[in-house]
Amino acid sequence: MSAPPPTGARALFLRLRSGDEVARLITLAFASSILLVTVGLVYQLWVTSSLPRHKFGFGFLTSSMWNPVTGQFGALPFIYGTVFTSAIALFISVPLGVGAAIFLAELAPPRISSTFTFFIELLAAVPSVIFGVLAIFTLVPLMRDYVEPFLKKTLGGLPIFSGPVFGFGYLTAGVILAIMTLPFVISISREALLEVPTEQREAALALGATRWESTWQAVVPYARLGIFGSIFLGLARALGETMAVTMVIGNDPSIHASLFAPGYTIAAIIANEFSEATGDLYLQSLVELGLVLFLLTIVINALARLLIIATTRRGSAQP
Amino acid sequence: MTLRNRWRKTLSYVMLSLTGVCALVAVCILFLMLGYLVYNGWRSVDWDFFTKLPKSPGETGGGMANAIVGSFQIILLATVIGLPVGFMAGIYLSEFGGKTFAFLVRYMADLLNGVPSIVIGIFAYAVIVIPMHVNSALAGGFALAVMLVPITARSTEQFMSSVPQTLREGALALGASKWKTIATVVVPAAYRGIATGMILGVARIAGETAPLLFTSGNNAYMSSGFTQPTASLPVMIFLRATAPYEDWHRQAWAAGMVLLLLVLLANIAARLILSRGIAVQK
Amino acid sequence: MASVGRKARAAGLDQHNLTNLDAKLKKESCMKKSSFWLGAFGALAVLLMVAQAKVLINAAGATFPYPIYGKWFEEFGKTNPDAQINYQSIGSGGGIRQFSEGTVDFGASDMPMTDEQIGKFKSKPLHFPTVLGGIVPTYNIPGVTQELKFTPEALAGIYLGKLKKWNDPELAKANPGVKLPVNDIVVVHRSDGSGTSFVFTDYLSKVSPEWKSKVGASTSVSWPTGLGDKGNEGVAGIVKQTPYSIGYVELIYVLQNKMAYGSLRNAAGVFLKADLESVTEAAASAAKSMPADFRVSITNAPGKKAYPIATFTYLLIPSKIEDQGKKKAIVTFLHWMLTDGQKYAASLGYAPLPKDVVGKEEKQIALIQ
Repeated sequence: MSAPPPTGARALFLRLRSGDEVARLITLAFASSILLVTVGLVYQLWVTSSLPRHKFGFGFLTSSMWNPVTGQFGALPFIYGTVFTSAIALFISVPLGVGAAIFLAELAPPRISSTFTFFIELLAAVPSVIFGVLAIFTLVPLMRDYVEPFLKKTLGGLPIFSGPVFGFGYLTAGVILAIMTLPFVISISREALLEVPTEQREAALALGATRWESTWQAVVPYARLGIFGSIFLGLARALGETMAVTMVIGNDPSIHASLFAPGYTIAAIIANEFSEATGDLYLQSLVELGLVLFLLTIVINALARLLIIATTRRGSAQP
Repeated sequence: MTLRNRWRKTLSYVMLSLTGVCALVAVCILFLMLGYLVYNGWRSVDWDFFTKLPKSPGETGGGMANAIVGSFQIILLATVIGLPVGFMAGIYLSEFGGKTFAFLVRYMADLLNGVPSIVIGIFAYAVIVIPMHVNSALAGGFALAVMLVPITARSTEQFMSSVPQTLREGALALGASKWKTIATVVVPAAYRGIATGMILGVARIAGETAPLLFTSGNNAYMSSGFTQPTASLPVMIFLRATAPYEDWHRQAWAAGMVLLLLVLLANIAARLILSRGIAVQK
Repeated sequence: MASVGRKARAAGLDQHNLTNLDAKLKKESCMKKSSFWLGAFGALAVLLMVAQAKVLINAAGATFPYPIYGKWFEEFGKTNPDAQINYQSIGSGGGIRQFSEGTVDFGASDMPMTDEQIGKFKSKPLHFPTVLGGIVPTYNIPGVTQELKFTPEALAGIYLGKLKKWNDPELAKANPGVKLPVNDIVVVHRSDGSGTSFVFTDYLSKVSPEWKSKVGASTSVSWPTGLGDKGNEGVAGIVKQTPYSIGYVELIYVLQNKMAYGSLRNAAGVFLKADLESVTEAAASAAKSMPADFRVSITNAPGKKAYPIATFTYLLIPSKIEDQGKKKAIVTFLHWMLTDGQKYAASLGYAPLPKDVVGKEEKQIALIQ
């Protein structure tokens, strides 16, 4: 009674007429544009850094010489600066952030918790250049006139606190980065802590633990994957941060041990020198730096997401 | 009570208070910074700021009218390119996506989200500025659009997916085709979330400076088209803040305050829309 | 079946929605009002674009002459309203780069282009000196209000990182009677590609063999020590805010910002401050033997009254300009610059061009096709 279902071209034509296929194809096209752009990005970075890659090879990553006059380019000072400032940032923002998250998740009444979180998340929306402006006019004088001399006076023996005090430098960049990564650490850690089932807390308290012990030894370890995820996310943000760092790092392409010394990060040197690099090798070396940064942030971002996924999967798998 | 228990209790009290201090510090930082910015910006902003063009170095006065209009031009371009693309991609991911392709797209979108904005600037430079031989609002808008697309796509997908299946099934049962279901049922149901995602995305790119530095450049005058260098608020803030002239610092504060207020207002509005939506659905 | 319908209706659907064949895939904005205003503003922006029928010229380059170029383009715009010249001060390196790439219509640089850079052009670009300026050592030492004298050895030593403290004997020798503090010297230099850096390092290379072999002269060198910042503006900004710092900037920046600057010992052994007279004197000997393409270095010039770190600054103009409107505007500007423009130089701390140089440049304008 019923005709055999149409095949081949006629089937396609019928499907197209129904509109669903058109819709699917249209949205598919837009979705593939994301793929296209990402692949294009990687391709462009790769191709436009061919000169230094062929000239320096992997030596680019280990050389600390950045000399446009002689055409010697090396990424090490910038990788060092990027990692050093991010490490300082995490050193400050992780204890502060996890502590605040513990307070907001465990102790604060819900109204205060959500109001505080609302404001802290607003901090995440502030553009980087505004942090930079504030840093130049308030943080740098503060560091130069009070904090760094104080540190130098008390701990000046250590190499990490040696050398002249400029106000600009690794420490200042690290502090402003800390302020910028703080909201991420707080909000994600707080959510990770909230996911912890109450039974954990209650069990610990039932066993005679103090409130702190229950939090620190039962709840936080349970949420540690999510907390680590937040740290990695904050790290990923800090690595790629450009404007605020450019304005306070002092722009010195060499490696120093001291917190007070000026330095350079990958993002900062690209921002400063990209529109003026004369000569192909110079420009392409900057692009290669961009490639290095890109790869670095991908790895860290992937780790972050893995950790966060692991928490939620663990959390939802619990009975 | 034994000594050890007393110690444990004190420790508990001390540590928990410390966490409270941490939270207080975090919030205080926000208020101090914003307060200082608004205080300085408020003193510096005047009617000229919004209407006049910048003056040459060393002269006082002038404003940032070109930067305000320029920022608007660039953001307009970015939203016109980025929002539809992201929106459609989000619909694909939530409604049509197969297993592997959708996974790939999601992965790439998250990747793109994590790329530092300066690297995206390099991409836009290579793809638009070099062939066109000029710094332009188009290049800057393209760079920002590249940042906007994954944000919009993921948030659209998230809110579309959270629409209950029953709504879709109801529509399909009544005879609607899939695309009609999406257009007339699912999207309107999720529109609060989608709108929120879009506003937050635009607010985020509005403050970006790094990708604009060498794509749209800067202009001492009003930019007369999308293919000319264009001044923008974030770039002007950067240039003014790093100069020695007191008057330029004043303008940097004013511009910073204006930019910050716009970004924060957008964020607050977005969150209010979302929370009101959730309350209504109950 | 009926329950599904009831469920659907309960969820707020009705037949009207479902049978609406005009529904588009694009979502309808819930903020209709804002999109209206957005559209209105957008229309305004478009109108602005259409309304401008001017010749638009983009230029970029040196920060050294930015104060006077800014003034020039503004004044020129008043007498020639259909030309609009947008100058971005990004540093000489940037000027050369963007000029070579063609992203600007003309460039500006304190450092003349090298043969290698010129070789990249199909037809040789032209250098047009615009003004003369002096680079001064500016410093910020709390408590020291007298003017400091710098010997070439002292300056080289400071920037090499060997002379670390303000009360170093080399500095004290030249400044008897000034109580120099024991603090470390905070050295500030340019972080971007700078013609000012080129002139400064060119001078240091001439007076210090150690500098010449270790660092050399260029727009972007590997500085042995110090903080870097963008542009003359950036360096002036840091020195102004940082106690015990020293930097090198064009004269106008210290004048406009009321900063302290020192005098330098010139080749003839005289300590001079940069001013109209000393800078003009530095160019005097060079003006006579000016090469046809105007590329010279006048640092450490001979002459008792010659300021040692002086330089011409150049506009880099293509020798072939295809757009007739742009060509007319640029040629008109060049003529204006050589006549009316020179009058602004002195009030802004630059020295006007020597007369012979102006004459030669007028002739070079004819070379623009």
